[in-house]
Amino acid sequence: MNQQNKPFAITLDVGSSHLNKTGSWRSMRPEYVDRLPPCNKACPSGEDIQGWLSLTEEKKYHQAWQLITRDNPFPAVMGRVCYHSCEGACNRGQLDLPVGINSVERFIGDQGLINNWQFSAGTDTGKKVMIIGSGPAGLAAAYHLRRLGHAVTMFEAAVKPGGMMRYGIPKYRLPREKLNAEIDRVLDMGVDIRLNQRVDDIEQTRREGGFDAVLIAIGAQHSRHLEFAGEPSIPIIDALTVLRDTELEKHNRLVGRVVVYGGGNSAMDVARTAIRMGARDVTVVARQEQQHLTAHRFEIKEAVEEGTRLMTLHSITAINGNELTLEKLKPGDSHPVATGETETFSADVLVLAVGQDVDESVLENSPDLAVENGVIAVDERLQTKSPGIFAAGDAAPSQRNVTSALGQGKKAARAIHAFLNGSLYQPAPQHEVVEFNMLEPWYYADAPRTAQPHLEAVRRKNGFAEVVGDLDSEHATYESRRCMSCGNCFECDNCYGICPDNAIKKLGPGKGFEFKYDYCKGCGMCEAECPCGAIRMVAEEI
Amino acid sequence: MSDSNSQTVKFYQTGTFTVGNRLLDESLRTVQATTERSNSIDSGHRACQGCGQALGARYALDAAMRATDNNIIAANATGCLEVFTTPYPETAWSIPWLHSVFGNAAAVGSGMAAALKARGDTTTRVIAQGGDGGTTDIGFGCLSGMFDRNDDVLYICYDNGGYMNTGVQRSSATPPAARTATTMPLGDNPGSSFDTGKFLPAIALAHEIPYVATASVHDLHDLERKVEKAMSFHGARYIQINVPCPLGWGSEPAHTIRLARLAVESGLWPLFEGERGEVTDSTKIRYQVPVEDYLKLQKRFAHVFKPENLDQLEAIRALALKNIRRYHLV
Repeated sequence: MNQQNKPFAITLDVGSSHLNKTGSWRSMRPEYVDRLPPCNKACPSGEDIQGWLSLTEEKKYHQAWQLITRDNPFPAVMGRVCYHSCEGACNRGQLDLPVGINSVERFIGDQGLINNWQFSAGTDTGKKVMIIGSGPAGLAAAYHLRRLGHAVTMFEAAVKPGGMMRYGIPKYRLPREKLNAEIDRVLDMGVDIRLNQRVDDIEQTRREGGFDAVLIAIGAQHSRHLEFAGEPSIPIIDALTVLRDTELEKHNRLVGRVVVYGGGNSAMDVARTAIRMGARDVTVVARQEQQHLTAHRFEIKEAVEEGTRLMTLHSITAINGNELTLEKLKPGDSHPVATGETETFSADVLVLAVGQDVDESVLENSPDLAVENGVIAVDERLQTKSPGIFAAGDAAPSQRNVTSALGQGKKAARAIHAFLNGSLYQPAPQHEVVEFNMLEPWYYADAPRTAQPHLEAVRRKNGFAEVVGDLDSEHATYESRRCMSCGNCFECDNCYGICPDNAIKKLGPGKGFEFKYDYCKGCGMCEAECPCGAIRMVAEEI
Repeated sequence: MSDSNSQTVKFYQTGTFTVGNRLLDESLRTVQATTERSNSIDSGHRACQGCGQALGARYALDAAMRATDNNIIAANATGCLEVFTTPYPETAWSIPWLHSVFGNAAAVGSGMAAALKARGDTTTRVIAQGGDGGTTDIGFGCLSGMFDRNDDVLYICYDNGGYMNTGVQRSSATPPAARTATTMPLGDNPGSSFDTGKFLPAIALAHEIPYVATASVHDLHDLERKVEKAMSFHGARYIQINVPCPLGWGSEPAHTIRLARLAVESGLWPLFEGERGEVTDSTKIRYQVPVEDYLKLQKRFAHVFKPENLDQLEAIRALALKNIRRYHLV
C-alpha cells in the first residue's frame, strides 16, 4: 500500500463488500429440492406428469411423448380411458379446478400417432421372458422388458391382442385405430406374439420355450353369476360376453327392454352399448345408492344423458318368465338393507355386470401357484411362490383398472429384470409429496380449465363414434400451462430476483440455480416466494 | 398497467407475476431475471436478513442502469442504505455513488445535475435516494426545492416507515398505530398517532413535477416499468417504494415480499402514478385481502388486536378504504 498516493486522512484502499462473507450469519440454509407432485404420486403408472406437462408448455411435444412413454407405452389409449386419479390429487384443484391432465395426455398420445413416433428396443441381453395374456399389464411388461433388451414371447388366447382394452372398453370411448396403432408400436419392438394360443401348462410351456421368467397377466375373465328364484324365460347373459360379442361384431342380443344388473363401469358400458344398438329401453338396476356406485361419475352422467334409466337401491330377487321381481332397499349402516317392498318389471334381456374373477383353469397344472382371495398370490415384487413366475394386472392383487394394470406391468418388468440379473428389485425411495401449503399460489395467473368438446347426446345414440373430443394444440398448451409445477423448479427466476443479498447464481436455461452460501444470510425469502415449493430451509449444523 | 397489458393477453402460467418466466419472450422479462443485471448493490452488504430496502434499491437502480445504458450517478442520504453498504473501506456499490449528509441528498443531486449541465454532459443521469426519514422529515426542504426548480433528478425514497438504523424511531412516514421506540403502545392512543404524518407522493404530485409514482418490492414488473418511465422524462421525478423492514416491523425476514404484497392487496399501500399534478393510472388490487392479514404478521401492530384497541383496527380499515376510493384500486 502506497500511503503517498492517497488523499488526506485516507489510510486504506477501497475494498469490495465481497470481502464480507455474510454467509456466516446464517442459521438456516436454503436448498433446492425436487419434491414429488401429488399427480405423480397418485398415478398408478408412475408417470412424471409434471415433467411432460412442462415440456408441453414449451410445445416440445416429442420430448413430452418420450417422457410419458418412459412409464406408459399407451398415451393415446390412456388419454381416453384412464380414470385419472392424478386430477383428483392435483393441487390446482384447491385454487380453481385441476389441470386437465388426461386431455393433454390424449393430445400428446395422438401427436405420437400422427407423427408415427416409434419405440426402440434395448441391447439384446439373451434372456427370454414369456408373458401369458396381452392385456394392458402384459403389453406394458412386454414393452418395458423389450426396452431393457430381453426377448419377449406373448401367448394370447384371443384372436387379437389388447385384452380388456379391446374386449371390455367400447369403441365410443376408445376408437380401435388408436388402440391398434399403439399396440402395434409395442409389438414392432420385436415382441413375438402368438395369438389364439391358450397356455394350459405354464411349466411345460416355459420349459419347452426355454424361458428364463414368466409373467401371468391373464386378467379376470370369468364373469360372476347369480342364481334367481323362479323360472326365467328371458336370456341372462354376462357383461363381458356382451362387450366381447359387440367387439367381434356378433349379435349381442341387446334388444327390446334391456335390464343391466350392477353398478360398476361394466354396467354403464353395457347400458351405453345397448342404447347404441337400438334397444328400446335401457335400465340399470343397482343395489347401492347413486353416490356409492363404483362406476365413475362421468360414466354415469354420460349414460344418463344418452337415456339410460338408473334404478338404484333395488335388488332382483326373482325372475318368472319375463317379469323381474325387484325389491326396494334402504340405506343401511354398511350396505343397503331389504325393505320387503317389491315391484315387478318386465324385461326382454338381463345382463349381469356383477364382477369378474380370475379364470383359474390356467393354473391347474401349476400346484405351486396359490390363489388367495380370488387372485394369484404374489409378494411385494409381484413374484408368485414359484421362483421366476410373476403375476400382474387383474389376475394379481390390484385396483382392477387399466391404469393400475399398466403400472403393474411396469413394476413386473422391473422385478423380472432384477430377477434375470440375479438381484431383487428395489424401488427408488419416494421424494416428499408437495402439499398445497408449500406453494405460493399468488403467482399463478388466473386460468379457467379447458373443457373438452363432447358429442351431443342425440348423436351418440345411433353409433359408436367417440364421445369425448380432442384438444387442439393451442388448448393443450394452455391447459398444460395451468400446471403449477408442484415441487419442481420451472425457472421463474423468483429466487434469483428476490434475494436481497444477490446470493443466488443463475446457471442458464434448463440448468437452474445455485446458492452462493458465502453470502446467503438464510433469510428464507426464496423459500417463501418460490411459487412451486422447490426450495427447502434446513438448519445449519453449528 | 396499460403498458403491460400486451403481456397478459395470452396465458403464460405465472405471466408477469414472477421475476422471470421461461415461457415469455425475453424482452418481456424483468431486468432482475437476466444474468446481465448490474447488481448495483452487490453481495456482502450488511443489511439485516430479508431487508426490503437492499432489494428495492437494487431493483430500482438496476432498472435505471438499463434504461440509461449504465450512465447513472447516485447521491445517497445518510440512513440504513448508506450504513449497511459502505462501512469504510468496503463498498457494496458498483455504480458511481456519493454519500451526502442526512438531509441534503436532494440538494446534492441538484448540484450534480447542475455540474453535468455545466460540463455539457447530456448522457449521465442523476439519482438521489434516501430512506423515509431523510426524505419526508430531515431532507424535505431540499427535496421540495429540487421539485420547485424542476432539477433533472430522479429522487427515490425507500419507505420502511421509520428511522430503523438508529433504533426504530417514528418518522412522518410511520403509519398510524405502529409501535416505534418513540411511539410505544401505551395509553389511550397506543403507537403512532392517527391524523399525523404525511404521504409524500401526494405532496410531490402537488408540485406538478413531470412524474411521480409509488411502487412495491413485490411487483417487480410494475416497479421496473415505473423506473424506466421516470428515466424517460427530464426534470424532477419522484418514486416512493414500500420496503418492509423485518427489524422495525417485527416481522419474519422471510415475509418481506409477502408483507409488501399484502400492503398493496389490502389497500394500505396504493400503487399509482401521476404526471404534472394529475394521477394518470393506478394498479388494481388483484385479490383483495382484509387489513388484518397484513397487520398480524407484524409485531409493531400487535396491540391493535387487543379488545380495547379495536377502534384502531377499524380506523386502519378506513385508511385502506380511503386509498381504494381515492386511487381507484378495485
